[in-house]
Amino acid sequence: MAIIEARQLTKEFRKFKSRPGLAGAFRDLFTRRYETVRAVDAIDLTVEPGEVVGYIGPNGAGKSTTIKMLTGILVPTAGHLLVNGCVPHRERERFVRTIGVVFGQRSQLWWDIAVRESFRLLQRIYGVPDAEYRRRLDELAGVLELGDLLDVPVRKLSLGQRMRCELAAALLHGPSLLFLDEPTIGLDVVVKLRIRDFLREINARHGTTILLTTHDLADIEALCPRVVILDRGRILYDGALDAIRRDGQGLEEVVRAIYQGEAVGGGAGAGPGGRRVPELGGGRAAEGGSAVEPEGGRQYGAGGAG
Amino acid sequence: MAAYLEMMRIRFLAMLAYRVNYYSGVVIYVVYIGSYYFIWQAVYAGRAALGGLTAAQMTTYLAVAWMSRAFWFNNLDREISNEIRDGTVAVQFIRPYNYLVAKLAGALGEGLFRLAFFAAPGLAAAALVFPVRFPSDARLWVVFAAATLLAFAVNSLFNVIAGLVAFFTLNNTGILHTKRVLVDLFSGLFLPLGFYPAWAQDAPRWLPFQAISYLPSLVFTGALRGPELWRALAVQAFWIAVLAVAAAWLWRRAGRRLVVQGG
Repeated sequence: MAIIEARQLTKEFRKFKSRPGLAGAFRDLFTRRYETVRAVDAIDLTVEPGEVVGYIGPNGAGKSTTIKMLTGILVPTAGHLLVNGCVPHRERERFVRTIGVVFGQRSQLWWDIAVRESFRLLQRIYGVPDAEYRRRLDELAGVLELGDLLDVPVRKLSLGQRMRCELAAALLHGPSLLFLDEPTIGLDVVVKLRIRDFLREINARHGTTILLTTHDLADIEALCPRVVILDRGRILYDGALDAIRRDGQGLEEVVRAIYQGEAVGGGAGAGPGGRRVPELGGGRAAEGGSAVEPEGGRQYGAGGAG
Repeated sequence: MAAYLEMMRIRFLAMLAYRVNYYSGVVIYVVYIGSYYFIWQAVYAGRAALGGLTAAQMTTYLAVAWMSRAFWFNNLDREISNEIRDGTVAVQFIRPYNYLVAKLAGALGEGLFRLAFFAAPGLAAAALVFPVRFPSDARLWVVFAAATLLAFAVNSLFNVIAGLVAFFTLNNTGILHTKRVLVDLFSGLFLPLGFYPAWAQDAPRWLPFQAISYLPSLVFTGALRGPELWRALAVQAFWIAVLAVAAAWLWRRAGRRLVVQGG
């Protein structure tokens, strides 16, 4: 059974639109104008247990909004969603015990207390038995080399040190599914490498499913056999990383080309393992049937449903 | 439950890191109490009783009102509205606990810290300088302890509600300011409600604020007797029930409307 199953998942936000100028501000006091922004637009996404999936897209593509729906933080506007067998926002407290989440830009640790105290608090919150907790902490502290950091207050950690602790914190309760929202943002090369090694290892050792957003394509190349490329709330490509690589071209150029709506080259997208979005047969699949879409030439895993 | 107790303990520990800040606070509160004491001395000017309180009871009222404020006061409103505004509330949603209960547990940990390191030494210091009369009846201490705990609940739930309004307005500085002024004015912190002119006394008696400071402090002065004591506790419990229902309702609605700011 799929660990993540999303169909036609949609999130709309109502945004207050301010009028320009003083007169505009005055009018805003009485009548407010809103516009509806569709941050995630009817996406279909299926992830099997044990997969490591890279979820990429330019700023504002809807990556974080998707993650927030998948983790139960946001309530979807429309669509069907099942993660770890739960509807995330409906069974939130039960559901979140089965997942781990790391937000690169937000700390989940308690600022003023030692890392070890934060971990112990998480142990109590998740109700992890002592023996299991010690075993996991030993393993995580070993692989992430946390030894000396455990007794330092979080506010005194460097970003790289903190991120290693955040990863450990997200895994202390042994989740089967790990969400990482830009986990390597702002980190130096050495720390990045270490975190990549770590993620590979927990995936191999425990079969932890990982969904990762990042702007660093080197993360993707190092970790993710499968990528999902998103822009303006829609999935542009979902398939094997190898399938979109072109000879003599870096991944970055390929991804940029996909963002800009160019066709994925030379039938590469039709390669083995390329998961084609249109095959789910939703409303949008119909328009994407041919190799090049009529409007704007957006393309899914080339070859489409054909 | 273990999780919430742990949140309380952790908050207490986190406060301990800043305990030195509190020693100066004790001095400031004693100065406050002192200035009010001298003002009231002048107001009483030999009269036996005003607004139902003798001069000695008034001194006690002042000291205990300010010191118990250290326990029930907290910044939950600001914390909650900030967490909503900067989006850190998202992190709270991925935890298997109730955000509001966790927040209240943390606030209680903070309150207990201030009770131990601020209010208790502060009250002792004030009693050395001014004629504060401690209740001799042990039962009165028990009732006072219960009333102070209930006062904490009333004030904290009130803060939660004010903070949650941020879910709907995304910016509620005005609401928080208004709330603070209302609490200061109607809770009887500055002036016991018995001193308000008759027409102005009615309004506060129908509002939840008296349950925060006025009632527990009156208990401590010994101005309430027998059934009056139980009535005071009942009024507090009533407001806790009302505010808890309101907070839970707002929270459910807020969850549906949540917009995570930034990132």
